Amino acid sequence: MNDMRIVKRDVDMNDTKISAKGVQVFYGDTHAIKDVDVEIKDKTVTAFIGPSGCGKSTFLRCLNRMNDTIDVCRVEGKILLDQEDIYDKRVDPVQLRAKVGMVFQKPNPFPKSIYDNVAYGPRIHGLAGSKADLDVIVEKSLRRAAIWDEVKDRLQAPGTGLSGGQQQRLCIARAVATEPEVLLMDEPCSALDPIATLQVEELIDELRENFSVVIVTHSMQQAARVSQKTAFFHLGNLVEYGDTQQIFTNPKDERTESYITGRIG
Amino acid sequence: MPILWLFVLVLALGLIGFVLGRMRALKDAHGDIRQLHSLPNYYGANVLFATLIPGFAVMVIWLIAQPMVIQSQVTSLIPERAYTDAGSLNLVMSDVRRVAEGLDVAVAEGAMTHEQARDIRSEFTDVRARLGAVGVALGSNVEPYVLQAAQKYRTLSNGGLWLMTALVLGAAVLGFVLSYLRTNKEQRSRNSVERVVLALLIGAASIAILTTLGIVLSLFSNTIEFFKLYPAKDFFFGLTWSPSFGGGSELGILPLFWGTFYISFIALAVAVPIGLFAAVYLSEYAGPKVRAIAKPLLEVLAGIPTIVYGLFALLTVGPLLVNLFGDGGALGVDWMKGGTAVMTAGLVMGVMLIPFVSSLSDDIINAVPQAMRDGSLGLGATKSETVKQVILPAALPGIVGAILLAASRAIGETMIVVLGAGAAARLSANPFEAMTTVTAKIVSQLTGDADFSSPEALVAFALGMTLFVITLALNIFALYIVRKYREQYD
Repeated sequence: MNDMRIVKRDVDMNDTKISAKGVQVFYGDTHAIKDVDVEIKDKTVTAFIGPSGCGKSTFLRCLNRMNDTIDVCRVEGKILLDQEDIYDKRVDPVQLRAKVGMVFQKPNPFPKSIYDNVAYGPRIHGLAGSKADLDVIVEKSLRRAAIWDEVKDRLQAPGTGLSGGQQQRLCIARAVATEPEVLLMDEPCSALDPIATLQVEELIDELRENFSVVIVTHSMQQAARVSQKTAFFHLGNLVEYGDTQQIFTNPKDERTESYITGRIG
Repeated sequence: MPILWLFVLVLALGLIGFVLGRMRALKDAHGDIRQLHSLPNYYGANVLFATLIPGFAVMVIWLIAQPMVIQSQVTSLIPERAYTDAGSLNLVMSDVRRVAEGLDVAVAEGAMTHEQARDIRSEFTDVRARLGAVGVALGSNVEPYVLQAAQKYRTLSNGGLWLMTALVLGAAVLGFVLSYLRTNKEQRSRNSVERVVLALLIGAASIAILTTLGIVLSLFSNTIEFFKLYPAKDFFFGLTWSPSFGGGSELGILPLFWGTFYISFIALAVAVPIGLFAAVYLSEYAGPKVRAIAKPLLEVLAGIPTIVYGLFALLTVGPLLVNLFGDGGALGVDWMKGGTAVMTAGLVMGVMLIPFVSSLSDDIINAVPQAMRDGSLGLGATKSETVKQVILPAALPGIVGAILLAASRAIGETMIVVLGAGAAARLSANPFEAMTTVTAKIVSQLTGDADFSSPEALVAFALGMTLFVITLALNIFALYIVRKYREQYD
C-alpha cells in the first residue's frame, strides 16, 4: 500500500473556516445529531468517519444547508462560516451553497454536454463575462479535477457517457468551477474502482491548496490517506475529533479505538 | 344440442379430469406429496387443460368456419338474376336465414313436421301464411328459390351442429384420456401449466393487436371502394368540401384538415403551458398535502365526458368570446360573427387536455433522480433555475411524449368540435370563424340515411383512414422521441 500513499504537502492550516457549536438535527421525532461541536480549519482535509447511520452525512449536509430541502428536517445550534451564522435569516441558502460546494456519493452529471456541466455554476452565478472567460473557467476547472486530458477533445459529448470515475471527477470540476471556499464530499469514492479512487484522492490532496475540504468516508484507509483532521461520529454523537495521525494511532476514546480496530461498525 | 350445453359438458368433463388427475398423481406417489414433481393441483390442472383446450379449440374453429361454408353452398342455389351486386345478395341471404329460422320455429311449435319443413314447396303451399300463423312475419311472399335455399340452410346447419357436437366431445375426451394416462409422479406438470399460462398471456396481448389490425382492415376495404369512385388526387388536394347526396359533390380533405390542425393547435397552445406549469408546481413546489388534494382534482378534468365540455363551449365560452370579439363587443372589434368558432372549440379542448399533459409530465418529472436536483441545488442554483436547466431538459423526452399524446387526443376529438366550432368546412386564417374537423364530418356523413355505395358515405372511411394514419404516425414519432432520449440520465 505504500506506493499508493499520497505525498503530504505542507500547507498552512491554522485559521478556522467553519465552526459548529451545539448543533442538533432532528428528522421529525428522530434525534439524528446530538450536540456536535467542531472546528474545521481552512486549507485542510477533514474526514468524517463512523458506522452507517451515525449522522456524518447529515452533519455534512448541514454545512451548506442542503437539509433545507428535506421538509421534516430541523437544525438547532450555530454553524459559523467565517464567523457568520449560516442559519441566520439574512443568509441566502442559495448564495451559501455557491460558497460551500458539494460532491455527492453517486456521480450525478446533468444530462448535458461535458462543457455545459462545468459551465453550469459559473453561468448561474454570472462568473464569466464572455464566452472566452467561460472557456477559460471550464478548462481550468477540468484541469484542476485532473480530467482535462481525457475530455478536451469531446467537450460537447454528453457528460453521462463518461465512465464512473470520470463522471465523479467531472462532478468535482463542476463543483470547483464556482470557486467555492469549502468543498463538501459525501463518500465521493464509494461508487468507484480502486484506480479511480486513487485519482480522486490525489485530486482531493491538490484541492487542499485552494479550499477547505470536508470528506465523509466509510473507508478508514482513505481517511488516513487523505485527511489531516479526523472526526469520529457514533450514534449521532461526535465522539472524538483531532489530528488524523493521533486518531488512528492513539485514540483517546475507547469507542474510537473499537471502531478503528474493527470491533464495532 | 344447444352450444351452451356443449360448453357446460366440456367444462364438467374438465373438472372431473382435474379431480381424477390429482388423485392419480397422489396415488402414484402413495400419498406422499414430497415424491411428486409438482404440487397435486398442477396434475389436476394439467388434465383440465388437456380436456378444455382441444374441445374449445374445435368448437371455436367450427363456429367460425360453419357459416362461411354454408353461405357458399347456399348462395349457389340462388339464381343470378335475383341479385345485381354484393349488397342485394346480402339482402336475399338475410331473407333465406329468416325463412330458415321461421321453419325452425314452426317445427318447434308443432305446426309442421320435420318432413314438411324439409319438403314443402311454395308453389303448392302459402309458406308466408303458415309461418305467420306461428308468429314469424315475412315481408313478402316467399320465392321458390328462397325457400329451397332456406331448406338447404336448415339441413346443413342442423347436420353441422350434430357433427360439431361429436367432434368437440371427441377432442375433449381424447385429451382427457391421453393426459390422464400420462399422469404419474415424475410428470413435469408444473412446467406444462406454466406453458399454458404463457399461451394465455400471449393470447391476451395478441387480441389487442389483432383488434387494431381488424379496425384497419375494416376501414381499408371501404377506403379502396371510395377511391374507385372518387379520384384520390381530388380527395387529398381538393380545396372545397361540399358533399351532396344528389351527386356532383366535391370532397376535398384540405378544409377539414385545416380545421383539425387549427383547433388542435389552439388547444395545445392552451394545454401545454398550463399543464406543464401545473406539473412543475405539483412535483417540485407543492407540499405532500397540497399534492394529495390537487392532483386528483386536476385529474377529475380528464373524467368529464367530452359532450359536457361541448355544452360548456356552446353555452358559456362561445357567448363570452362573442361579447369580447363580436360586433359591438367589449374590445370594439368585429371579428366574430357567432358563438361557434375555432377559438371556442380550441380553448375548451385545451382545458380538456390540461390533465393529460400535467398528469403525465408530473409522473415524468418525479422520475428524474433526486441526485439531479441535489447536484444543481448544491451548486447554488435556485429551485426555478434547477427546474428550467436540469429537470425539464432531463424530463424532455417524456414531456414530448405527453404532448404528442395530447395532440393525438386533440386531433381525434369530435363532440367539442360539433358543438363548439360549427359545421362549415372552410379554409380561413381567422380563428373566430366557424370551421369543422375531419372527425365531425365523419359523423355527419354517416348519420342519417346513408347509402353505403355512394362516394358521399364512403368518404367517411377514407377520412377515418387518413386520420388513423396521421395519429398513428404521431404516436410512433412520440415513441421514437421517448426511446431516443430515454437513457440520458442514470
